[in-house]
Amino acid sequence: MRRFLRPGHDPVRERLKRDLFQFNKTVEHGFPHQPSALGYSPFLRLMAIGTRSGAIKLYGAPGVEFMGLHEENNTVMQIHFIPDQCQLVTLLDDNSLHLWSLKQHSGASELREEHRFTLKGPPGSPPSATQITAVLPHSSREVLYLGTESGNIFVVELPSFRVLEDRTITSEAALQRVPEDYCNRRSCELVEALREHPKNPDQILIGYSRGLIVLWDLQNSKVTHHFLGSQQLENLYWQRDGSKFISCHYDGSYTQWPVSSDNRQPEPLENLVPYGPFPCKAISRIYWQTTKNGLPYIIFQGGMPRASYGDRHSISVVHGSQQTAFDFTSRVIDFFIIFSSEPTAEFDDPSAMVVLAEEELVVIDLKTAGWPAVHPPYLASLHCSAITCSHHVSNIPLKLWERIISAGSKQNIHYSNMPWPIDGGTNIAPDPPQRDLLLTGHEDGTVRFWDASGVCLHLLYKLSTVRVFLTDADPNDNMNTLGEDEWPPLRKVGTFDPYSDDPRLGIQKIYLCKYSGYLAVAGTAGQVLVMELNDEDAEHVVDHAEADLLQDQEGYRWKGHEKLKTRDGPVRFEAGFQPFVLVQCQPPAVVTSLALHSEWKLVAFGTSHGFGLFDHQQKRLVFVKCTLHPSDQLALEGPLSRVKSLKKSLRQSFRRIRRSRVSSRKRRGGSGNASEVQEANAKFDQDALQEMELAPVQRKIEARSAEDSFTGFVRTLYFADTFLRDSSRHCPSLWAGTNGGTVYAFCLRVPPAERRMDEPVRAEQAKEIQLMHRAPVVGILVLDGRSTPLPEPLEVAHDLSKSPDMQGSHQLLVVSEEQFKVFTLPKVSSKLKLKLTALEGCRVRKVTVANFGSCKTDDYSENDLAVLTNLGDIQIISLPFLKLQIRYPCIRKEDVSGIASCVFTKYGQGFYLISPSEFERFSLSTKWLVEPRCIVDMPEVTSNNHVHSKSGMENAARKSSSGDYGEDDRKSERLMEHALLNDEKVLKEIQSTLEGGR
Amino acid sequence: EFRRFSLERSKPGKFEEFYGLLQHVHKIPNVDVLVGYTDIHGDLLPINNDDNYHKAVSTANPLLRIFIQRKEDADYSAFGTDTMTRKKNVLSNVLRPDNHKKKPHIVISMPQDFRPVSSIIDVDILPETHRRVRLYKYGTDKPLGFYIRDGSSVRVTPHGLEKVPGIFISRLVPGGLAQSTGLLAVNDEVLEVNGIEVSGKSLDQVTDMMIANSRNLIITVRPANQRNNVVRNSRTSGSSGQSTESSLPSSTPNILANFLQGEEESDEEDIIIEDSGEPQQIPKAAPTSESLESLPQIELLHESTQNGFLPSSEMNLNHSAGSISMEYEVQDPDHKSLEEDGTIITL
Repeated sequence: MRRFLRPGHDPVRERLKRDLFQFNKTVEHGFPHQPSALGYSPFLRLMAIGTRSGAIKLYGAPGVEFMGLHEENNTVMQIHFIPDQCQLVTLLDDNSLHLWSLKQHSGASELREEHRFTLKGPPGSPPSATQITAVLPHSSREVLYLGTESGNIFVVELPSFRVLEDRTITSEAALQRVPEDYCNRRSCELVEALREHPKNPDQILIGYSRGLIVLWDLQNSKVTHHFLGSQQLENLYWQRDGSKFISCHYDGSYTQWPVSSDNRQPEPLENLVPYGPFPCKAISRIYWQTTKNGLPYIIFQGGMPRASYGDRHSISVVHGSQQTAFDFTSRVIDFFIIFSSEPTAEFDDPSAMVVLAEEELVVIDLKTAGWPAVHPPYLASLHCSAITCSHHVSNIPLKLWERIISAGSKQNIHYSNMPWPIDGGTNIAPDPPQRDLLLTGHEDGTVRFWDASGVCLHLLYKLSTVRVFLTDADPNDNMNTLGEDEWPPLRKVGTFDPYSDDPRLGIQKIYLCKYSGYLAVAGTAGQVLVMELNDEDAEHVVDHAEADLLQDQEGYRWKGHEKLKTRDGPVRFEAGFQPFVLVQCQPPAVVTSLALHSEWKLVAFGTSHGFGLFDHQQKRLVFVKCTLHPSDQLALEGPLSRVKSLKKSLRQSFRRIRRSRVSSRKRRGGSGNASEVQEANAKFDQDALQEMELAPVQRKIEARSAEDSFTGFVRTLYFADTFLRDSSRHCPSLWAGTNGGTVYAFCLRVPPAERRMDEPVRAEQAKEIQLMHRAPVVGILVLDGRSTPLPEPLEVAHDLSKSPDMQGSHQLLVVSEEQFKVFTLPKVSSKLKLKLTALEGCRVRKVTVANFGSCKTDDYSENDLAVLTNLGDIQIISLPFLKLQIRYPCIRKEDVSGIASCVFTKYGQGFYLISPSEFERFSLSTKWLVEPRCIVDMPEVTSNNHVHSKSGMENAARKSSSGDYGEDDRKSERLMEHALLNDEKVLKEIQSTLEGGR
Repeated sequence: EFRRFSLERSKPGKFEEFYGLLQHVHKIPNVDVLVGYTDIHGDLLPINNDDNYHKAVSTANPLLRIFIQRKEDADYSAFGTDTMTRKKNVLSNVLRPDNHKKKPHIVISMPQDFRPVSSIIDVDILPETHRRVRLYKYGTDKPLGFYIRDGSSVRVTPHGLEKVPGIFISRLVPGGLAQSTGLLAVNDEVLEVNGIEVSGKSLDQVTDMMIANSRNLIITVRPANQRNNVVRNSRTSGSSGQSTESSLPSSTPNILANFLQGEEESDEEDIIIEDSGEPQQIPKAAPTSESLESLPQIELLHESTQNGFLPSSEMNLNHSAGSISMEYEVQDPDHKSLEEDGTIITL
């Protein structure tokens, strides 16, 4: 019957498909790429981060997050929350203002853009007249004060953005009654800072860039005080009681000014250059926090001695005799202090400092002695060291989960115990259905274990493989040793350190067995480490073995990198995964595939030269197979390493730039010289790209042949207990697929458990299949008699899977980049195929078996193939009939690194990098969907938003969080893609080499 | 002199045996001869290997007229199809030797083993401005030998003339398959690859499609030089009245049907080496629903070949391109038994 139904015409199947498949991009994990602005609402206890691509992201308590995207995709320059409101205003670099609000919709809060506005001057006025430099949302919540480059301050009404022209504060008005000689020296000043008086909402402090500060009375529209600063002004901050304020300056000084009714033109109380006497860099932002014990906290950004520490990104905290200059590894975008926001409280009593640096978020606990850092529950810097691979393991057994967490907690003892201070909003998403781990391999030889169960991607444990090897590490450019100098009291904080000292340490493949706790990782220099989870610190010798993949092939000379040198003697390992055996491939080419069978205690690995099988129980190499074609010289020369070394030299030059970079004075709040340099670079790259596009592009049309380069490159390895030789007896087998379309099958003889140590594991080649289309084999899978994929090792032993059907005939699924083919076993005859490239012109990049459950009936689920193509489409293909079920566009096809980074989960979700620091999470399943769902309690907002004074807050009728859990329909709003980083051209190059190119 | 003798149609035997028979019948045991026959179109075609011998026998209706010439004074140019095509204005044969253009002064010996290199197909269903070319890569060492590029072409749309992006042939490699056929030229616009339209696809996608189909590549082009187009006779022009750029809604399914058919038939088989033995073709598994579907179409193809509606080349290429896997492909009725006795698939 089935054969008469055309695909897609079966109404029952169509209905089922709707119950099974659904595509959503659900949440972005990690740290926003190129952050440009920071805002905080002490009222909502929410933090907002704006980026250069026009995104704003709001974060509160773990799990509470919102995202918005400005249509213009322009850099967000400033973010200001409206006091005591669920609203915020953003200023973009196109001088437009945007009003966003958090509103409740079907039981959950949503971030929506309400209005946009661009300040327009009178006709004929220069653009600088209305170029906004400072924004002050007034506590009345009715108006915004907008300081401009011309020195005028415009007043706009909220939320309509109507300009109240009669209330404009012109610079002329502000300069009245300023002493002549002072006034003459300074004209045409831009408004650098606007601060409302903390006690009297009718007074605002206006700071002009050349140093003049005035206190303006809003009621009488006149200046009440003049403060004649002599240095270029950077920023202002009021003391809590409003009797004093502090100003910070371009020359690295800060000044305290008294405000009293008797002196209308006071002299500064104190003028200090904290890191003098030699010329210092600007202090761009300053906080003055009062405490009960009387000693204030003075916290300021910058101010380092220009000559010796001018390149540091520092924030100094001064509290009495304690002073620490926190030294960040990337540029500080902005920071804020969390302090007591109760209006009745007498003192600020700061509790934490939140610093947004360009590459990470650092929170410092100011209450605990020593000011330790707080471990952030989100916004993890995935790219502390560049991500080189990822591996996802679903449904982790509780036991392993707890052991990993306990190993991780031992690594986190230097963090503060303070609860996460940014705790606004309520997470109302259901608890994650299962425990999922995402493992990322990094360029510096570390593997990071992330809790990927829920919305917050949280670092559980970090594993370093570096200890096994001897590296000629130059110790971090001496940064640390310099940090121990006495003055300035620098202290390095943060984890972002993208500079790997030896690219050979890079992790390329990871395989974790969740039942046994065995972990195999393989790296750039042909190293394969097998590890075991140990809850205690231990010191032991790592066994070494070499696998010569060239065997007796003569006359070849490896021109790539050397293998890593290993440490002799016992090595001390901290609790966690501890390596016990190292297999070194020879030549030490990058490991391109890895498989671990924890039940048979075997590990298989492949490079561009061949593959091998290692018995990690007996610590004996079982066999190696050379897959190299005699004419393939490229594979031997190790071009990958050449690309790497190019990358390395780039990195070194970046390092030089970083060291010599002198960040100059900020302009329009935030973007400094560095970003201008970046912009120029981006522009240059763009021009170069355009030039390339003008050159005629042509593609060679040629059939692939056995002589092509990298045909021996082993792309996939797979263990299966199946019928390889005859249909009566099944046996363990190892399958390998190469770039040249060859599949090798080896029959294995694993001794029974009681004689496991006595008898050797034996292997014998049983089959070799050459796909005539010669496309790279990217996946091999055996389906059992019920056409179900064979279970993972130990899955059956742990009662988590039905044992495979060994009665019916098994089938072999070979996925190449171009076709899907099903063969019968043990006699290989072709049964089914699905051609992808020949019909659609796309190629398979990633493929996984995923289990899809129906959202309607609990007991129905099926296995399908989830496929990502080189065009960035995701296709779901049924098993075992290989029928295309559905197709979704997911990643832009130009985003090569995004496509290369994609990893699917076993239950139809996936992750891919949208920037070096962010994973986009997506779901193909109707049943397994992890997305933020949260509520922000807010004061009742009347329809016209005109709430006077504090009444809104007092009357705040708190909405119950037990709203109805309706289907939410926001999707498109938070769908966004980020531009590729400039330096990803390098990644692309590596990618194209890895993929075999064309 | 004429001779008449009978052959068993169902068991024609091998060409060597037939050649021997001829020499015996004509009592010229040591004289090299050229053997030819006239096909249904009246073309004089050579018989010099098993394939075309079988083909000749199968066309006997019931008489097979055979011409024998002494090799020394043979007129090679008498063979081939050019005389007939000139008369009928139909490109009806795939077996076009490279000395297709009449060059009487150069004597090129008859090829001993025919293998199609390229063909123009579906002439009757395509607009006259288009050309569908099939390149047979299988079994040759010759590279396909061409390059494609992005470009733009002008289309007739409801909104008037519009410039649209297109894919063009940018270079032919000297000595490559593409160049040697003479059917493709630089700046020809590529419209379809194996029945799939390329419009809306990127250069890389089209490249991947062509490479994926490289064993049996069918490209539909709009030649840059429109002067060599096939002018159809009245019989065929009926079905392809529209010669505009717009797609051919009525004939498209037909085209695809032909393609898929041809593709499945001539698709290469993967090779398996068992226990380090000899490489073997991987056979098709016992017919599943999918493979059953294709059976009626094969018959349809036979019929249409007889009608002469489809170019007879279709038939030839199926045989020759799939020659290695013929045991499985051509003798479909015997398929099962073959598989069971396992003589082909050694373990």
